[in-house]
Amino acid sequence: MFEGISTQLLFGQVLLGLINGSFYAMLSMGLAIIFGLMNVVNFTHGAQYMLGAFVAWMLLTYLGIGYWPALIIAPIVVAIFGMAMERLLLRPLQNLDHLYGLLATYAMALIVEGLVRYQYGSTGLPYENPIPGGVNLGFMFLPYYRLWVVVFSVVTCIATWVLIEHTKLGAYLRAANEKPEIVETFGINVPKMITLTYGFGVGLAALSGVLAAPIYQVSPSMGSSLMIVVFAVVVIGGMGSIIGAAITGYMLGIVEGLTKVFYPEAASVVIFLFMIISLYARPDGLFASKESL
Amino acid sequence: MNSPAAGITKTPAAANSSALLTVNDLRASYAESKVLHGMDFDVREGELLTLIGRNGAGKTTTLRSIMGIVRKRTGSIRFAGQELIGKRTFQIARLGIGYCPEERAIFSSLSVRENLFLPPVLREGGLSEEALYAAFPNLQQRASSQGTKLSGGEQQMLAIGRILRTGSRLLLLDEPSEGLAPVVVKEIGELIQRLKSQGFTIILVEQNLRFARQVADRHVVVEHGKVADILTNDELTADLGRVKSYLGV
Repeated sequence: MFEGISTQLLFGQVLLGLINGSFYAMLSMGLAIIFGLMNVVNFTHGAQYMLGAFVAWMLLTYLGIGYWPALIIAPIVVAIFGMAMERLLLRPLQNLDHLYGLLATYAMALIVEGLVRYQYGSTGLPYENPIPGGVNLGFMFLPYYRLWVVVFSVVTCIATWVLIEHTKLGAYLRAANEKPEIVETFGINVPKMITLTYGFGVGLAALSGVLAAPIYQVSPSMGSSLMIVVFAVVVIGGMGSIIGAAITGYMLGIVEGLTKVFYPEAASVVIFLFMIISLYARPDGLFASKESL
Repeated sequence: MNSPAAGITKTPAAANSSALLTVNDLRASYAESKVLHGMDFDVREGELLTLIGRNGAGKTTTLRSIMGIVRKRTGSIRFAGQELIGKRTFQIARLGIGYCPEERAIFSSLSVRENLFLPPVLREGGLSEEALYAAFPNLQQRASSQGTKLSGGEQQMLAIGRILRTGSRLLLLDEPSEGLAPVVVKEIGELIQRLKSQGFTIILVEQNLRFARQVADRHVVVEHGKVADILTNDELTADLGRVKSYLGV
């Protein structure tokens, strides 16, 4: 089976898988953080990712602000939008069935996407590659920007994981996830913490959007097409498991890439096949701890 | 600080010690059901007060109302000169009140050390890390275990220990002796005595009359969401029958 497959193709697809996996990982990590603390399945995540890319595009087009500043500014702008959304839309729903939060965030995704489409149309807008060029590794050509995306995403995921699992701040988040009422009796403003955490998760989505802008076209539907896969990733990794979400993201990106090499026809379904199998074998998710559920 | 004890207490207030917490006509309800129907009592600086009474009398609800966990509450709760009604739980905690709930509320996703150091230091006067570990050597030994892997007694120690660092001067302890072996109950009793001698003011919810008698200055008998009686420890000892009739034992 390996005969006739060029190393060029193989490594090319593995790299592509790793790129996709980078986005899966960052997006599903944000989703897992939000779900872990708020029990909200954030269906606006894809739209927030798209907004990140659009804000970067707007900064460049209208204000001449380039990629590097946008990498910081766009996530902050979108996070502020997210925090307003948490206060005005999600907070009033927090004591109701989780379904309400899911529907509200889905509605918000449709509204945001619709508005952007209304204003900018559905064809993609190009965003210039800030680090053009690449290096020939002999067995494949490695564009610098793609290398940057993979490295940046891995660093972001590890930093986020360390923040949540190994810092005091993360201990507050984990504790508030278990018993918010008790954490509040320690003098901690839990509602504010929830708002900031939602903002952080949303900012992570927007950061992925900025990263994606030079690779994919900036378009209103760029988030929704990606999110279906990302939700599968979160389900496979285990809802609320932050590191599980990230690892599963990279893993499935690579699985998807390899499938493109060996059996291209299955590439678009392999993740969902994986989801079905893993749901049978480990319904709580590959990385779910017993306590988090 | 100088607000006079409201005069509803049935035992005369000690002249030399002012009330740290004064509860007046406190009414509280969960959803549709009223639990407290006008509680009146006060706690003086450095005092150890118990709330005793049958299950469902409203003892836990009283503590939860002071903490603001029960939001639907009216009347007045004054702590160190500040009104607590209308304040949020985290704001109340920051004034210097520590709460140890009945269910202990140890976090399973946190290690023993993380549990112990989770509550931030809110004001001066709390126990140092060394003092805390000196008081709870077991917790130091098991610092990296998962919080909920501890024994019941150790979890209780952890639940009390974690609010001692914060600088809270008033501790609300909800049935710390519940479900523990007699030898552990004795240890908890000694701990509470020590805390009192260190100057903490304590409100203790307790069903175990023997335990309550060993540590308390005064006892507030709670019945049907109201204060039925307030006795000093001596009065209680002299007339156990009076209280036992309230408790139905």
